[in-house]
Amino acid sequence: MRIVAALLALLLAFPALAVEPSEMLPDPALEARARVLSRELRCVVCQNQSIDDSAADVAHFMRVAVRERLAAGDSDKAVMDYMVVRYGDYVLMKPPFKARTLVLWLGAPLVLLVAGLALFMAARRPTVVPVAVPLDAAERQRLDKLLDR
Amino acid sequence: MSNRLLYTLPLLTLVIMAGFFGWSLMSGRDPASIGSVMVNRPAPALAAPALFEGGAPLGNDLLKTGKPVLLNFFASWCTPCLAEHPLMMRLKEREGVTIIGVAWKNKPEEARAWLAKLGNPFTAAGTDYDGKLSLDWGLSGVPETYLIDANGVVRLHYHAPITEKDLNDTILPMLKAGK
Repeated sequence: MRIVAALLALLLAFPALAVEPSEMLPDPALEARARVLSRELRCVVCQNQSIDDSAADVAHFMRVAVRERLAAGDSDKAVMDYMVVRYGDYVLMKPPFKARTLVLWLGAPLVLLVAGLALFMAARRPTVVPVAVPLDAAERQRLDKLLDR
Repeated sequence: MSNRLLYTLPLLTLVIMAGFFGWSLMSGRDPASIGSVMVNRPAPALAAPALFEGGAPLGNDLLKTGKPVLLNFFASWCTPCLAEHPLMMRLKEREGVTIIGVAWKNKPEEARAWLAKLGNPFTAAGTDYDGKLSLDWGLSGVPETYLIDANGVVRLHYHAPITEKDLNDTILPMLKAGK
């Protein structure tokens, strides 16, 4: 019984959150928007973690700033722009599509296309089956000898 | 494509990759660096409460003295800050550079004790305990150092402790040119 209770407690346990209760906005609608935006913003010291996931100091300050902007009435786009002005495109989990990021966006599909084309062409090329030349009398005699026939 | 050319493809790929890796090692490229969008832009607003009791709060007037200044974010808990501290002292004492210091996410009394123990290289010092100021400056952590030229434009942004080499090759020449 005790084990069942322990397992049940484990199931009900909340996952550790980077977002601290003190940071959360009283308005659930605004808080929900903040969570969505936080997942789109990269923590600038963690390589590949959103500020929603990161426990870094700077991520905490950024989460607070996102909520302050939202509480001040900023649109989602205004909040994202606010961060880009300060931290550059790097702060966006999803990099924007522009000249500098062309390779990033189109590189992999291009490689796939080239590889697919090569495969397609290779598959279409008629396979040449070499025609077997029949053995002549001397060769047949030698083969029979080898096989002890 | 002839077959022979096709066979050199793996080798060619290897050569290209080795070339890229070699270049990455030699050119001092830092893949962890995220760059800074602050450089060559007018300095963001500077506003922070004074670190020392009775001191003047940090304001934009500190960046408009007609002389280039350094802005350094530090914390007493930050070991790389300790590493660059002697260079900050040298900049102040030997080169007479104006350095503005900001204690980031650091209890003011702890920052004050740190400066009292090691020496205070700052002409003016502020405190940014809640990170309000640092966000406007695109700060990612401590230590970070900015050079703001005589016209109030950010010219350098270091995301790391400054080194002797940074000082001699970049910071000092730029400060001297800006005088």
